[in-house]
Amino acid sequence: MIPKFDYVRPDSLRQAIKQLAASGTRIHAGGTDLLGCLRDRVFTADKVVSIGGLSELGGIKRASDGGLTIGALTTLAQLASDPVILKDYPALAQGALSAASPQLRNQGTLGGNLCQRPRCWYFRGDFHCLRKGGNLCYAVGGRNDYHCIFGGDACYIVHPSDTAPALVALGARVHINGANGSRTIPLESFFVPPGKDITRENVLAPNEILTNVSLPAPAPNQRSSYRKMRARGAWDFALAGVALSLRFGVGGEVEGARVVLSGVAPMPWRVAEAEKALTGKRITEDTARAAAEICIKGAEPMEYNGYKVNLVRALVEEALLALR
Amino acid sequence: MMKSIVITTTINKRKHELEVHPNTTLLDLLRDELGLTGTKRGCEAGECGACTILMNGQAVNSCLVLAPQIDGQEILTIEGLADGDKLHPLQESFLDHDAVHCGFCTPGMLMSAKSLLDRNASPTELEVRTAISGNLCRCTGYQQIVDAVLETEPVKRET
Ligand SMILES: Cc1cc2nc3c(=O)[nH]c(=O)nc-3n(C[C@@H](O)[C@@H](O)[C@H](O)COP(=O)(O)OP(=O)(O)OC[C@H]3O[C@@H](n4cnc5c(N)ncnc54)[C@H](O)[C@@H]3O)c2cc1C
Ligand code: SF4
Ligand code: FES
Ligand code: FES
Repeated sequence: MIPKFDYVRPDSLRQAIKQLAASGTRIHAGGTDLLGCLRDRVFTADKVVSIGGLSELGGIKRASDGGLTIGALTTLAQLASDPVILKDYPALAQGALSAASPQLRNQGTLGGNLCQRPRCWYFRGDFHCLRKGGNLCYAVGGRNDYHCIFGGDACYIVHPSDTAPALVALGARVHINGANGSRTIPLESFFVPPGKDITRENVLAPNEILTNVSLPAPAPNQRSSYRKMRARGAWDFALAGVALSLRFGVGGEVEGARVVLSGVAPMPWRVAEAEKALTGKRITEDTARAAAEICIKGAEPMEYNGYKVNLVRALVEEALLALR
Repeated sequence: MMKSIVITTTINKRKHELEVHPNTTLLDLLRDELGLTGTKRGCEAGECGACTILMNGQAVNSCLVLAPQIDGQEILTIEGLADGDKLHPLQESFLDHDAVHCGFCTPGMLMSAKSLLDRNASPTELEVRTAISGNLCRCTGYQQIVDAVLETEPVKRET
């Protein structure tokens, strides 16, 4: 049984934001993550605010600058099959397609994917850990097979989203609406590291709604991809993954690169040093291997997740060679 | 206090007006309140697909849908698949191919398969495997199920 709550279905974004003013409210988009959290009592809700009916949050539109604006309610299935996204932003289509199962992709939204809570099994289980306001991280000294190797700080979650790394690689910005107006920020600065605030994964205030995501126009010679390793052939979260966005010059050399890892850090993990190392070079077995080595520099594996280091190295090398 | 919500919805082509508690899932509503127990309760976490139904033609896990979410939507469950006494071609094909062992996954498998065939009348084996990748089967090893979907006769698929 899911604990009881009140349910409201506002018919405009403004009404929704008003409804969120009360404490103890939660946003309901597709619900594929929210329902699990409520059922397992990861958190509680006095009132659930449905945003599923808000037309302001739907649709995929070409922006005037040649970019793309994607409504927060766009489903993962839509992202994975949209012809413009498939052509101009393949990393995003691949990220969406690699997430969850067909059923969950039909129901899960982009906004929910970016705002979903971590999958750390202690967090999801009956453990009052640091992220839930307790005073212990059970992953330290416990089973940390699926925890982070970068960016841990008292808490060692990995960010579960497969669209976020792709969108960061593609230079996405997110639009946020709240009681105090709206703001637009790079998706990269949307995520909050545990060292800054251990109880949340993003900058949203409780009465703010992520309304849409925008992508810059693709450069003429831009190629992108998302590659993910799972423990099984069917649906699963990433053990590790890499999103790439590369801009090539006429001679085949890399003019600009973004390299973003998933499944290994509390947020999409950009590796600026690898991006720099690739810039100005053609992608060869040597440059790909060198970039992959850079990506694992500084990794701090825990007791049971050392395998992720090798996965990252192999994934980055493979992904770079496949985009050449 | 928790207020109940009135919704109107179409389930297996029949209109319903229902008063639901917001913390009820579509799975609870179907099984416990409407007696439609063909839809199975497995993990209740989106992992097994036993609860798969079609919402506006799309396969979703009913354990992760809140009852108020189906307001104004069209739901098809396993009970709506056959045409009276006449089984759906997919159901016939599952029987022909021994694709049903304990049967617990079968309703969900059939709904996932139906959503595929409605979009794509002659899928490849990979497309079939992808379409049922959110449905766990602990008995068959999947091969009979895949064969059953692939060999559902296209001419009979319209229904
Ligand atoms: C079995 C299973 C496997 C999964 N596998 C994967 C996977 O491999 N990769 C992956 O990326 N994900 C995976 N997921 C997570 C899946 O829930 C998300 O991918 C999905 O996109 C969430 O969208 P939703 O609309 O259902 O979110 P909801 O459940 O509605 O919302 C999720 C959270 O975000 C908040 N929220 C939702 N929309 C907004 C908004 N617009 N503004 C502010 N806050 C908002 C909600 O309050 C809630 O806390 C999996 C989930 C399950 C159950
Ligand atoms: S890794 Fe984070 S979420 Fe998991 S137990 Fe430790 S503090 Fe809690
Ligand atoms: S019962 Fe819904 S997916 Fe398992
Ligand atoms: S037939 Fe038993 S679970 Fe599939």
